[in-house]
Amino acid sequence: MKKLLLSGGIIIVFIIYGLHQRQEGGSVHVVAPPNLATLASPTPPPTASPSPLPAYTGTGSTATNTPVPSPSPTPTPAGMYKNGTYTGSVADAYYGNVQVAVTIRGGKISAVQFLQYPNDRSTSREINAQAMPYLQQEAIQAQSAQVDGVSGASDTSAAFIQSLSDALSQAQ
Amino acid sequence: MKETRLLMGMPVTVEIIDRKAKQSDIGRIFDYFTYVDETFSTYKESSEISAINAGRHPRKQWSADMRYVLEQCERCRQETGGYFNISRDGNFLDPSGYVKGWAIQNAAARLAEAGFRNYYVEAGGDLQVRGQNAAGQPWRIGIRNPFNRNEIVKTVNLDNHGLATSGTSIRGQHIYDPYRVDQPILDTVSLTVIGPNIVDADRYATAAFAMGRNGIGFIAKLEGFEGYMIDKDGIATLTPGFKEYCA
Repeated sequence: MKKLLLSGGIIIVFIIYGLHQRQEGGSVHVVAPPNLATLASPTPPPTASPSPLPAYTGTGSTATNTPVPSPSPTPTPAGMYKNGTYTGSVADAYYGNVQVAVTIRGGKISAVQFLQYPNDRSTSREINAQAMPYLQQEAIQAQSAQVDGVSGASDTSAAFIQSLSDALSQAQ
Repeated sequence: MKETRLLMGMPVTVEIIDRKAKQSDIGRIFDYFTYVDETFSTYKESSEISAINAGRHPRKQWSADMRYVLEQCERCRQETGGYFNISRDGNFLDPSGYVKGWAIQNAAARLAEAGFRNYYVEAGGDLQVRGQNAAGQPWRIGIRNPFNRNEIVKTVNLDNHGLATSGTSIRGQHIYDPYRVDQPILDTVSLTVIGPNIVDADRYATAAFAMGRNGIGFIAKLEGFEGYMIDKDGIATLTPGFKEYCA
């Protein structure tokens, strides 16, 4: 009787495991690696959406709160940039280099591509679902929301903006 | 009532929602941050930590705060299998990775002792909140896009929590893989941890960041802590309970 119960239990465990694996497999396909360029590319023109952080007051009302002064990646009125692909300068992100190429179509930024990111090796984007099946994954997406504060790393983006503004200055 | 000052090399923000808050209440909190800066800053020659590093401040003369902080750093180093380490070569001590969270927590504790129930204390993107924001809602905290500092990519609602992000901006100062010192940490760009208090959220975020891809698994195993890791390809990995903070 004990053996029967035990083997029954094992079979049930296998069935649950199988279902679980199928589920996990499905979700892995859903989170296909996004195109980094799409992620990094600027949000639509100001008219199409609210500015990224409309009510961010995290660092208070001091002057330090204003967005980075260098040319922001926000697309400017049509026709400001000449069509083509421009490669930005290599900017030091402290722990590695960042370099972007910007593509202009119809006078607007249509794509921003990372040529160098602090990863010199070939990009490997496979998601390691086998190792940590209980973790969820998603592609990051810009949100516009009212927040009381912001937390995050920033050096990468400073280098990104530097390289991008260099590329854009060539496009003018 | 809210104020931001530059201290410890970073913007420090204190906000108190309770109506009885006075300017002097916020001033006292900044006085405390100033004291911490003057004691623990390795950039200030007059600080106690600089005296220790210069070899002119023997252990028996250490202040109680110094003793406590260095003991806690050592405890954290052991708990994280060496991933949290304030000393690269065993001589020069830089506890700033611990001190920031510790100072935020102590500042928050001072506000609680003063009878406040709704407040926000932040230093350089690490924070401790309690109660509700000015709109009577949970505190809404955005996680910055590591590829574009003008964007946020996630918003969480907190009411009595600490939240810290370890990322590329502080790697190199005190985050490195002690088992592969020469190899930069490449895969992970940003790792945010929510926990019951900022000290633990901060030190676990620091240690987990140094672990690279395995870091988020480390956070998932900690009870009461949730994490949000962004990798170099813009893929975020969430611990199972993280979504409960998102609205």
